[in-house]
Amino acid sequence: MLSTSLKPESQTIEWPISIIPETFTGENYREIFNNSARTPIFRWFFNSILIATATTILVVFIDALAAYAYARLEFKGRKLLFWLLMTTMMVPPVTNLIPNYIIVDSFGWIDTYYAMIFPAAASVFGVFLLRQFFKGIPKELEESAYIDGCNKFQIFYQIILPLAKPALITLGLFTFLGSWNAFLWPLIVTNSAEMRPLTPGLSLLQGYYIIEHGKLMAGAFLSAIPVIIVFAFAQRYFVRGISLTGIKG
Amino acid sequence: MKLKFEQITPYFFILPHLGFFAVFLAFPVFFGIYISMHRWELLDWEKPFIGFGNFAKIFDSTTIQYEYFWNSLGNTLKFVVFSLPFLVITGLLLALLINQNLKFKGLFRCIFYTPVVLSITSVTLMWNWLLDTQSGLINYILSLGGYTPIAWLSTTEWAWVSLVVVTVWWTVGQNMLLFLAGLQDIAEHLYEAAKIDGANAWQRFWSITLPSLKPTTLFVTVMTTIASFNVFGQPYMMTRGGPGRDTQVAIMYIQEEAFSNYRFGNAAAMALIVSVFIIVISIFQFRLLSSDVEY
Repeated sequence: MLSTSLKPESQTIEWPISIIPETFTGENYREIFNNSARTPIFRWFFNSILIATATTILVVFIDALAAYAYARLEFKGRKLLFWLLMTTMMVPPVTNLIPNYIIVDSFGWIDTYYAMIFPAAASVFGVFLLRQFFKGIPKELEESAYIDGCNKFQIFYQIILPLAKPALITLGLFTFLGSWNAFLWPLIVTNSAEMRPLTPGLSLLQGYYIIEHGKLMAGAFLSAIPVIIVFAFAQRYFVRGISLTGIKG
Repeated sequence: MKLKFEQITPYFFILPHLGFFAVFLAFPVFFGIYISMHRWELLDWEKPFIGFGNFAKIFDSTTIQYEYFWNSLGNTLKFVVFSLPFLVITGLLLALLINQNLKFKGLFRCIFYTPVVLSITSVTLMWNWLLDTQSGLINYILSLGGYTPIAWLSTTEWAWVSLVVVTVWWTVGQNMLLFLAGLQDIAEHLYEAAKIDGANAWQRFWSITLPSLKPTTLFVTVMTTIASFNVFGQPYMMTRGGPGRDTQVAIMYIQEEAFSNYRFGNAAAMALIVSVFIIVISIFQFRLLSSDVEY
């Protein structure tokens, strides 16, 4: 993929195919970067970074709060609510595709970042994952802090969160990856080329450069770099998360 | 006053998530049912209630929706049936391979898992090039062996083969990791005892490894089935549903009906039928799972 993306177009369809290009060229990269009206790939890259980062921060924050309450706090309706959350894990994404489009449209969010950030925050996967983890933290730690006069928010912030760091990182990684790789939803809630994130954006590239493989490979490669880097640095969190829940984010 | 505040504190914790959950996950389920019972078209102001009219259309064999929808749901089923065995068995084989005391265990695990983190568009752009009839690497290799080039993405049979191969390449690392976790849970002393009793490697695999992996295998099967039912990106990017509508899957047709034809009512009804299908099959499989496995 990398090799083809560095070849001049004439060489990409040449047989025999050579792994090492005869002449290296950065032209494919230059061209897709410069072709900003139809396929603004830098803009897509920026969109993806922004959307994935915002989604990750939001999801980890609200899921940690909720998971702590479902794991440790006593309140009316806890069992019923948690049961409701778990039940909706059975609901496949296609169920909500059309209603969510109409909801997001009624908010005036079509073709905005909001449409690609907020609906993702409804996911119950993170609440489930973190609740499992919080349940494993010894209760004595909280009880002694309570006796020392901490309130629930202080206990959560000063004791639980630092202990749960590995689980929070795992959830953060899954969320970032899920958002970066989301395809169908961003495809339908964006109209203009410049609001697309990279993953659905690349599908436009295929339309414009139908036989220009060098450019397609350059695009595919750019989209793969960030996730491969993230994965390489955080491999152990993936393995842990998968064996903890068996589900990819 | 203090007591009261203590009582409402937990709700502050759950409310932010519960808000998003209610608006974008719980409410849409009911809203979807509501939409499916109306003639809901984008450009019409009036969205009249028509009861089960949309469903009747889908079950009426004279309509175009009937033809296209059941064709696409059938294709989704085909995809599940074709890909499931390969995804489960290849995942198991890779895990067994890596679980041998290989020198570069971590590296192999990393290599096989990496495609899982890639986006569907990265994966399909790369494979579309490899599978290209005129200039693809795979047909080039075939030509070296004296074979005629194959139209990988434009003949029905080869299109299915391509879709399954790409799906296995993309997602099998996930199943491999789950099987690896399962393999590591098998107690070493079982193998030692079997060795002392004179069991060979094949016997040890057949009577210790496989039975011990049963819960993992069931779990992997359920997860893979659900994931395969939601297939969209591979045919969307690789075959565009073609040739004809031979590889158009259910979610592709729903997307077409809603966002190209703007018939939201119809599309919502179809989405509900597909959802019920997926939910029934996953409940059935979970039953199977929980009757065999204790958690």
